[in-house]
Amino acid sequence: MSTTTPASPTEAVVTDAGGRATQPRRARFRLSGWTRLLWPAVALALILLFNFIRTPNFFQLDVVNGQLRGYVITILDLGTPVMLLALGMTLVIATGGIDLSVGAVMAITGAVASVLIVRPPDSALSAVNLGGSMTAIFAFSLGIALLCGLWNGVLVALVGIQPIIATLILMVSGRGVAQLITAGQIVNPRDPSFAFLAGGTLFMLPFTITLVAAMALIALVLTRGTALGLFLESVGNNPRASRYSGVNARLVKLLAYVFSGFCAGLAGLIATADIMAADANNTGLYLELDAILAVSIGGTALTGGRFSLAGSLIGALVIQSLTTTLLAQDVQREVDLMIKAGVVIVVCLLQSETFRARLVRAVRRTPA
Amino acid sequence: MLHLLRPRRGRPAAGVRGCAPDDRAMGLTAPARGAAAPPNGAAPPFLAATSGNAGGAVTPHVAPPRWRTRALPLCFRPRSGTLAAVATMTDPNDPTPPLLSARGITKAFPGVRALDGVDFDLRAGEIHALMGENGAGKSTLIKVLTGVYRRDAGQVTLDGSNINPRSPQHAQQLGISTVYQEVNLVPALSVAENIYLGRQPSLLGKIRWRKMYALAEAALARLDQYIDVTRPLDSYSIAIQQMVSIARALDVQARVLILDEPTSSLDAHEVQQLFAVIRRLAGTGLGIVFVTHFMDQVYELSHQITVLRNGKLVGSYPTQKLPRLELIARMMGRDLAQVEAMQHEHAAPPQRLESRPLLEASGVGKRGSVKPFDLSVRKGEVVGLAGLLGSGRTEMLRLLFGIDRRDSGTISIDGQPAPLRKPRQAIDRGLGFCPEDRKVAGIVPDLSIRENIILVMQAKRGWLRKIPRRKQEQLADQYIRALNIATPDAEKSIRLLSGGNQQKAILARWLAARPGLLILDEPTRGIDVGAKFEIARLMDSLCKEGMAILFVSSELEEVVRSCHRVAVLRDRQKVGELSGGEISEHRIMDVIAAAPEATGAADGAPAGAATGAPAGAGRGDGGASAGGAA
Amino acid sequence: MSDAPLAYYAPASRIRRRPVWVPTRQQVPFLATAVVCAVLYALAGYFYPVFFSPRVVVNLLNDNAHLGIVAVGLTFVMLSGGIDLSVGSVVGCTGIALGVLITRHDVHPLLAIAIVLAGGVLLGTAMGSLIHFFDLPAFLVTLAGLFFCRGLALVISRESIQISHPFYDTLAGLTIPLTGRVVLPFPAIVFLLVLVVGIYVALFTRFGRNTYAIGGSESSALLMGLPVGRTKIGMYALSGFCAALGGAVFTIYKGSGNALDGTGMELDAIAAVVVGGTLLVGGIGQIAGTLLGVLIFAIIGLGIMFDGRLTTWWTRIALGLLLLAFILLQKLLQFGKGAED
Repeated sequence: MSTTTPASPTEAVVTDAGGRATQPRRARFRLSGWTRLLWPAVALALILLFNFIRTPNFFQLDVVNGQLRGYVITILDLGTPVMLLALGMTLVIATGGIDLSVGAVMAITGAVASVLIVRPPDSALSAVNLGGSMTAIFAFSLGIALLCGLWNGVLVALVGIQPIIATLILMVSGRGVAQLITAGQIVNPRDPSFAFLAGGTLFMLPFTITLVAAMALIALVLTRGTALGLFLESVGNNPRASRYSGVNARLVKLLAYVFSGFCAGLAGLIATADIMAADANNTGLYLELDAILAVSIGGTALTGGRFSLAGSLIGALVIQSLTTTLLAQDVQREVDLMIKAGVVIVVCLLQSETFRARLVRAVRRTPA
Repeated sequence: MLHLLRPRRGRPAAGVRGCAPDDRAMGLTAPARGAAAPPNGAAPPFLAATSGNAGGAVTPHVAPPRWRTRALPLCFRPRSGTLAAVATMTDPNDPTPPLLSARGITKAFPGVRALDGVDFDLRAGEIHALMGENGAGKSTLIKVLTGVYRRDAGQVTLDGSNINPRSPQHAQQLGISTVYQEVNLVPALSVAENIYLGRQPSLLGKIRWRKMYALAEAALARLDQYIDVTRPLDSYSIAIQQMVSIARALDVQARVLILDEPTSSLDAHEVQQLFAVIRRLAGTGLGIVFVTHFMDQVYELSHQITVLRNGKLVGSYPTQKLPRLELIARMMGRDLAQVEAMQHEHAAPPQRLESRPLLEASGVGKRGSVKPFDLSVRKGEVVGLAGLLGSGRTEMLRLLFGIDRRDSGTISIDGQPAPLRKPRQAIDRGLGFCPEDRKVAGIVPDLSIRENIILVMQAKRGWLRKIPRRKQEQLADQYIRALNIATPDAEKSIRLLSGGNQQKAILARWLAARPGLLILDEPTRGIDVGAKFEIARLMDSLCKEGMAILFVSSELEEVVRSCHRVAVLRDRQKVGELSGGEISEHRIMDVIAAAPEATGAADGAPAGAATGAPAGAGRGDGGASAGGAA
Repeated sequence: MSDAPLAYYAPASRIRRRPVWVPTRQQVPFLATAVVCAVLYALAGYFYPVFFSPRVVVNLLNDNAHLGIVAVGLTFVMLSGGIDLSVGSVVGCTGIALGVLITRHDVHPLLAIAIVLAGGVLLGTAMGSLIHFFDLPAFLVTLAGLFFCRGLALVISRESIQISHPFYDTLAGLTIPLTGRVVLPFPAIVFLLVLVVGIYVALFTRFGRNTYAIGGSESSALLMGLPVGRTKIGMYALSGFCAALGGAVFTIYKGSGNALDGTGMELDAIAAVVVGGTLLVGGIGQIAGTLLGVLIFAIIGLGIMFDGRLTTWWTRIALGLLLLAFILLQKLLQFGKGAED
């Protein structure tokens, strides 16, 4: 077995080192992994605390028609598309890449599903007949999303185009494709099982929350249950060392983009089901930016390397609760955008080595 | 002397063929020099310096200007036995004040003292080689002189007045220009623009392209380059790009020109062209600092050699007074007498040596990287690659491990031909590679020690078959203990470890994958003595177990102690092989120092060496020293 | 003087300059753009001969003048290797700000335009400073700019505001007669003016050449002693200025301001710049190429509109495909920086 210890060098070194060789102590509780979640968690807690002070019944949960209701649930529910996108985006960013096309992929997937349900006459997909089976329709639309992810992945990993540029192509033309599919109409898919996607209840919770939990679990198993997570981080953190170590960077990148495409597809289905309309122009508009922001808040560096799925989810919740809070405080919806801009800058500055170095220098100088 | 120089200076000033304005830009003409003179109106110092020199021409330690108007003595036959006498600073009796003088330069970075009280003198018209192994402080010194770094202590004077360059631009304004190893120009812009970026001739803010083209043509013509300056830079060879760099550097009023490894990517003919230009520039009174790893070039071109080691000054010597062997010894921090007297601790002969090689490379080479070489490694054998930095050691390893694609030769492993076009294939065939630059190519800094250790093993298994966490921890703990990696915990980020411990973790990464042949590129660089010793012991026991090891180190002592066979490299080619009892520091240095004729490899060597070294000089020197050793 | 004579007087005949008509590798993308533009125009004209009428040509320019103005500013940023995502929302923001200033607060249009232009420059300078001084990714900083401006625009007013002021009407009526019946309208005039100034700045000023140098190799530019920081910040300021000017021109073109104007315009502008032959990593490109990029965009749009069977979304798809083609062309010409190690 290849994992056996080299016997003789062990002896040689240990004898040689005498008493210096100590038994390594194992920390069961991994501090490093959790500290990275600290700041996003604190941010989230602060926002929630503010809400609690302003709205004492903020954490109150009621059961209405067999479903839990409350502000918290609403935030979770509304945050699902960004949370889904953030999951996929995390993996892509971990490789040192970026996926700008997720918003467009959302629009495409939503359009495909709606068109397959409604079957308008002049759609580009009128040739596809799935016999009204919802399972087949979901599978088909998510398949299209996977293809979109694959397209990005091929351009980045195989052709070798910089990620920001490669995914820009789909970002630009994706909405055109979506409109091509819907033939420029706003298609309104009225189907109970489709509606369930956004409005359904499962385990007393909105179905969307269950879905996000399931996807988070899948992402977790995919990255931590296999060696994919290790490879993602090593490719993003030090591509050269990874290459020298025989890590297949192309495969790893390809998988990340495909997964991101799939997540965007799911988010697109939810967003479309939510408003019961496939709007090629507005579905998922600017959500790629929210997703990137969520990942960034969650503590994953945009340069790649160590990533945290939980952090990205928290990041997405921070964004969503911020929006909801502002709305609840009767702040104009538009101010939200400006605050988001501020958040982007603050997060960027906190991640910037240069800024931190300058800050440290400034702090040191003041007492002296 | 002076009258010999005058006409040359005078010629451009006289405006021969209307080139005068351009020459002013070159910094060669009298007006330009006057502008750079101290404000008190005194004669420009290095005109004085030149005449002083003429007077001093009878003294034995003549400063270089004497040579510049005569046919250049291309190489200086070294005489042994005078070393102690010349191992001082520049002759104190020499009346010539240096053009550029640095005293007690100290520069520290967190954890490293990159320069420690270094002195450096450069005379007008002198070509001064700055030598030293990697990490010796050459580039730090250059960066201090050119204002990239601010010095912590010390003094720099140019023409007798203190200077304190704040930035490369400032240094350039003061008259110190640099041409870097990597061509630091903009490839997509035209040649002319690359020379004049930032100081384009303009009228009321509008750039005058025609004038710029004409100026650029003239500037390059002065360097003997007649090229279309309107074409983008990247349509020309590196050699010409190098010339463009020099043209740019000279276009301000340069007094000192620093050339940082200008020849590393040039072929023999291009090197000669460059040298002709450098000599001519020195002839016009420019002080030239020349950094290179190529021995032959140093002896062909330079007048004075300054050797640094570990941030300290070893000494400064006139080139003709410093035999090659002595230079190598000094660069490696050895005293020649000590080397000769040394009792060598040899590696014990391999125990279970098989006759069939595990890895056999024949004719493997790559243009612009390493000339074709043969190399074989048997099971249970440690083969060393010895040579100065830049001699092609790392390049050789990169070809063997498939990082660079070879364009000639075949490699077979266990008798089977192996394509080895990427590291992955090499790993699958049982090779392992600890790269030279641990931080850039070795560690994955943000990952834990455990993850770094299992990385190769996991990569071999593929992403689906994850090594179970418990097994990973076991492995990590095992290797942490076995290699004595000082860490409380395998979950710590590897970047928090010291250099030696990082190196051991990377070794562990490869050991865990159980390679048949482990390639170690400078595994002991920058780590403490204890860790070095442990790595040596580890190599020893690994090869006893039957692993083959290819070992590169700049520390000859280590090579001698650990290797059963040593391939010696010089100037990007393999020039010899020593085995068993033949291996000694002295023999290795001999082979490195030997002029190309001595090793019978003249055909592949830089042409400069052939013309530069009087036949037999290297041989005679090497032979004599070797005789002393035997 | 025994060594070889110094070559101070090289015979000029030894140097043969490249004839102007022989393209360098850097000019290939630009030429490709020109060919694509010409072919598209010919095709469009073949199917719809009206394309050859001067009026349509003027309309192509006029209808996309705002996009063109924005793209010229963006070209500078992209030439330097940066990116500016905020341009679209700056257009929206300036539009609505002008509307409010002129219609609701009775500010003279000239002053109002000066105010919004200053605002654009200020925003660009702020973003450029963040990018330069703190090494922040341009992508994210300008993304924040996008959010900020869109938010600000919506805060100013959610409704579309008509701009009616005599001076504005005068501006809109300013034209240059070309032929008896065709005039060059004001937005097109501004566009062409910006274009000419842009070309001049890029070709004949140190600022412009420094932009190329920074895009070609920022580290080299630093070592060459070029004012990298100043140039970078200046570039974003210039882009902010152009975006604001584009917004102002758009209000003149439409006669109203709307906070949602320019939504997604950053993508069109980026696409136009890239299709115009500017390298996404910077260092290579022409301002004139951006004109071609905008024209290609316009021709496709108008052609598809004439067609009737195809619909406007084909413009985006075609643009995406063109984008892909040009990126692959750039890849093919090996402009990619730094091979994989």
